[in-house]
Amino acid sequence: MKYSLSENDVHDLQQKAKKVRLDVIQMISKAGSGHPGGSLSCVEILVTLFAKVLKHGPEIKDWNKRDHFHLSKGHVCPTLYSLLAHAGYFPVEELGTLRQIGSILQGHPHAKTPGVDAPSGSLGQGISIACGMAVAGKADKAGYSVFTLLGDGELQEGQVWEAAMFAAQYKLDNLCLIIDNNGQQIDGAIKDIMSPYPIDEKFKAFGFHVSNVDGHDIPALYDAFKTREEIKGKPTVIIAKTVKGKGISFMEGNLAFHGRATTDEETKQALKELDE
Amino acid sequence: MTEMLMAREAYGDLLVELGTENKNIFVLDADLSSSTKTSKFAKKFPQRFINCGIAEQNMINVAAGLAVAGKTPFVSTFAIFGSGRAWEQIRNTLAVGKLNVKIVVTHGGISVGPDGVSHQSLEDIALMRTIPEMKVLVPCDAPEAVAAIRAAAEISGPVYVRLGRPKVPTIWKETRFTIGKAQLVNQGNDVSIVACGIMVNEALNAAKILSIKGISAEVINMGTIKPLDGDILLTSLRKTGCVVTCEEHSVIGGLGSAVAEFLSQNHPVPQYFIGIKDRFGQSGDPEDLMVEYQLTAEDIAAAAEVVMKKK
Ligand SMILES: Cc1ncc(C[n+]2csc(CCOP(=O)(O)OP(=O)(O)O)c2C)c(N)n1
Ligand SMILES: [Mg+2]
Repeated sequence: MKYSLSENDVHDLQQKAKKVRLDVIQMISKAGSGHPGGSLSCVEILVTLFAKVLKHGPEIKDWNKRDHFHLSKGHVCPTLYSLLAHAGYFPVEELGTLRQIGSILQGHPHAKTPGVDAPSGSLGQGISIACGMAVAGKADKAGYSVFTLLGDGELQEGQVWEAAMFAAQYKLDNLCLIIDNNGQQIDGAIKDIMSPYPIDEKFKAFGFHVSNVDGHDIPALYDAFKTREEIKGKPTVIIAKTVKGKGISFMEGNLAFHGRATTDEETKQALKELDE
Repeated sequence: MTEMLMAREAYGDLLVELGTENKNIFVLDADLSSSTKTSKFAKKFPQRFINCGIAEQNMINVAAGLAVAGKTPFVSTFAIFGSGRAWEQIRNTLAVGKLNVKIVVTHGGISVGPDGVSHQSLEDIALMRTIPEMKVLVPCDAPEAVAAIRAAAEISGPVYVRLGRPKVPTIWKETRFTIGKAQLVNQGNDVSIVACGIMVNEALNAAKILSIKGISAEVINMGTIKPLDGDILLTSLRKTGCVVTCEEHSVIGGLGSAVAEFLSQNHPVPQYFIGIKDRFGQSGDPEDLMVEYQLTAEDIAAAAEVVMKKK
């Protein structure tokens, strides 16, 4: 790998990932509903992005002076909310209000949440929004990058491929897609329902720089993110191989936890596992 | 206590019955079969179940192709995606082609709860009602859903059926559903309350509140929004002279609008619209949201008193 993190950095990011997982479990169990599986599969991706790649922070008010992240697979917003809270966009105590009436933390991302620029929750639309943001950045010669996280089931939406064609046509080298390739959607394994494979060959054919990584390997993710900064004239997609429900033994690869909260008993067990 | 049932659960069971009776029936879903309950059909008839993945627009036109080839496709997903994401496909292909496709959606309305605005469809009745050839059914409970979907299966052409997410009390007592025919569910003289979906139960509770105050409210279950039952409205409004319409939907373009379009041309009366007042939904417990968006029996009873003063 060309780019590497210090051992200290890796350790620090792993601790952050653990903290995010704790938040996710607690938030969703308190809310009584939500999507833990896909929230847990993208933890390392987003922790690495937010801590080491994305130039951002509530103190940067000028749109053109920061990078942008849009969560296209909006149902996994607890992970995003945890990262935003710890980055200082809003008080950490707000995490306990997820999905409650009047909360700034809606069941799917909403622009009333500090740190969230555009709504999501309807799959397949985020990549187009990210394209628009990338085009604006180029028009203003702002130099920022736009990142967006998609689910692998989400790739089934035709709009994703309309936007992929667009991104290559307009040479959006300031755009980076990340696919959370956990292999599962609601009704089953993506390969059984409506296979998007081979994902990498498809994006290559669409004109993308493609990078395949282990989505739980923080140094590998870091290398993929840094390498893309050198790519000129084409958009990048990072295909991150992940495990749905990662980090909690009884949730890993378990379809049931796509869209249900843990019971009190399961929450205790999950928190215990994260404590070890 | 009345029995609490999920209309979508009953829909899943009905699909298995319909699929047994009619080998032409195909069921399509877009990765929500465990929520829409088409999974029951999928289990029984895997060869006639088509999971389209998360691709609603493609699903609608695949159904169109099946219908052109003589099959009877049932298409299911959440109301927001089934009506909104694929609206133009529905309009330009299903409806223009008068194709025999039944769109049965679940998770209509604000009672979807914690998933919030992106998943709460408050505009679908309006979206579907404006399309020529489209019939729009909004049953009030599980038995009416079963009867309404059966009736939809018996006719040719596109039909949109809107079901909800939560368990609802059983109200419906009929044996057959006739498309375009509403039911009188409570007789009264002072005010007509016209409701659809889960609001029929709220309307009946409102009638109870009003009766304590000595006000006699007539309640009509308008299970078909299009074609609208004008006869029942005329009979009721000639007697009561004012109306409250109640829907778990925007007050723009839904049941209230349909009733107003009819009455303003045939028997103008004062009307009060209970519904979502040009707002988006949000996350929350369904019961809290019903209060926040003024959709409760108390809200309906108060509206009845207001509208009666305008007679
Ligand atoms: C347009 C649209 N259709 C359907 C849904 C309902 N839905 C929410 S999550 C989901 C499955 C997503 O699978 P994937 O993209 O693989 O996400 P992950 O596995 O990361 O949770 C579906 C179908 C939606 N949110 N948007
Ligand atoms: Mg997935």
